[in-house]
Amino acid sequence: MFALVGAGLFALGLYALIIHAHLLRKILAFNVMGSGVFMILVALAKRSGDVVDPVPHAMVITGIVVAVSATALALTLMLKLNAASGHARLNDDSQD
Amino acid sequence: MLALLTDIPWAIVLILLPLTAGMVSFVFPRLAKGLSLGTVLITVLAVAGLGWQLHYIYGGTYQHAIGGWGAPLGIDLHADGLSLLMLTLTALVALGVSVYSSVYFTREQAIRFWPVWLFLLAALNALFLAADIFNLYVTLELLGLSAVTLTALLGGKAALDGAMRYLLATLLGSLSYLLGVALLYHSYGSVDIAILAARVEATPAVWAALGLMGAGLMLKTALFPLHFWLPRAHASASAPVSAVLSALAVKASFYILLRLWLAIFSPLAESAASLLGVLGAVAILWGSLQALRQTRLKLLIAYSTVAQIGYLFLAFPLAVATAMPAWNAAAYLALSHALAKSAMFMVAGNLLRFGSHDRIADLDRVVQRLPLTASAFALAGVSIMGLPPSGGFIGKWLLLETALGQGRWDLAAVMLIGGLLAAGYVFKVLGHAFTEASVTHVAGAVPRTMEWAAFLLALAAVLLGLLAAPVLSWFDLSEVAGMQGVSP
Repeated sequence: MFALVGAGLFALGLYALIIHAHLLRKILAFNVMGSGVFMILVALAKRSGDVVDPVPHAMVITGIVVAVSATALALTLMLKLNAASGHARLNDDSQD
Repeated sequence: MLALLTDIPWAIVLILLPLTAGMVSFVFPRLAKGLSLGTVLITVLAVAGLGWQLHYIYGGTYQHAIGGWGAPLGIDLHADGLSLLMLTLTALVALGVSVYSSVYFTREQAIRFWPVWLFLLAALNALFLAADIFNLYVTLELLGLSAVTLTALLGGKAALDGAMRYLLATLLGSLSYLLGVALLYHSYGSVDIAILAARVEATPAVWAALGLMGAGLMLKTALFPLHFWLPRAHASASAPVSAVLSALAVKASFYILLRLWLAIFSPLAESAASLLGVLGAVAILWGSLQALRQTRLKLLIAYSTVAQIGYLFLAFPLAVATAMPAWNAAAYLALSHALAKSAMFMVAGNLLRFGSHDRIADLDRVVQRLPLTASAFALAGVSIMGLPPSGGFIGKWLLLETALGQGRWDLAAVMLIGGLLAAGYVFKVLGHAFTEASVTHVAGAVPRTMEWAAFLLALAAVLLGLLAAPVLSWFDLSEVAGMQGVSP
């Protein structure tokens, strides 16, 4: 059940990532996708009976650390880009 | 003394040294340059040491359990011929790039460059030594984040835009890869490559994992049609950074794909190999044609990378029938492309410094005024085109021979056309370099160090062609798990 919700979040995030032009929305979409993956990992950790496998939890913690630093880097880049070009989206013209 | 040298666990040095040096040079910017150059030198020695140990002590593969924990729970380091190849490639390019960067950057930029560059080196080394798919994920993320930071280093609008694209692509790739890891872990209860290889079966979950990981890694390797982020990111970064990105960063995700393919997926999914081959073939044609169309030198070189990555993927369908020649060819192509392409980007950096632009048509009498740089471009071009005696020639020859031996005329034709197109775009640049441009300009000063760094890397790419037999036996890919293939 949770795994399905996780897969749904992943797909939702991917969709949002592709259609939105604003970078903040793209970054948020990544976090939604990331949460989806983490949810799948945690949901699948419960195998049979009441025994829960702790290894995926460790992986999720690592993943969260990575996601936080990636988000921080992305936000910094977005702010810099905003300061340099006046808007927070990617340039679509191919000439420079 | 010698015994002391052979006892050092070089694999651990390769990871810890750049990491520590990176942190120290972040805290003490004054020491950064000397520390970094020293670190890179020791890295080269450490790779040689590891190679020596692999050959004479461990007999092909090296396994180290960090903290003595061991495979199912702990994190293992694993080294074999393939890792050694990638580590050597990294060390050589890193040496060139570090020497180049020591004069390229202004003081202000250098303070930010060195620590991140050392982190990137540590991430690459750790990636090539990782033995489990989760550790590969972590190192891949470290690599991606430091590479994005380096891309954004110059701070202009174009660089930030390129960095942002790169970041979005690399994060999407890693998340997709991570989801694949989750599925594999759930199915088989381990992330260790060797354990997974023993347990894996053709279930829907494994197919989904193959699709997710494959797509994520192809995005990071910039295989056609997932190459859209590469040209702008590589063209907008500063010259040494572009060299690193093109020569090393895309090879890292290719390495993971190859590793997973060999150990886990190849027995199950031979049909996927032809798909990779087709994508590779299209990448060669599309990348070369795009490169031919470009008017800016750095964009041309970046599209040439898209094309050259295509060659690496041609090895997948060919390896299904005859494994060793195809993988040897891919290894040789990766090695010579790394050297030649980093030299090319450095040349672009020199020309940018020289004329403060990189428009190909306006290159003004470069050959007369910067002979060393121009010859570096020509030598690198020889290897990219695949003319003898260069390393690129050996790689393409092996690949072509395999393709003809299997009657794959379609792939052979693509390789030959790709070579012709490559000749087209290399000569397009060289032609303009000889002549006087309509808009002449005063020559900017180019430090000798930058010229020599580019020249020596290009020369190494050509010399590689003369040393084919010893190089291939040194890396000895036939010992790598899964390399021999499963087919008769």
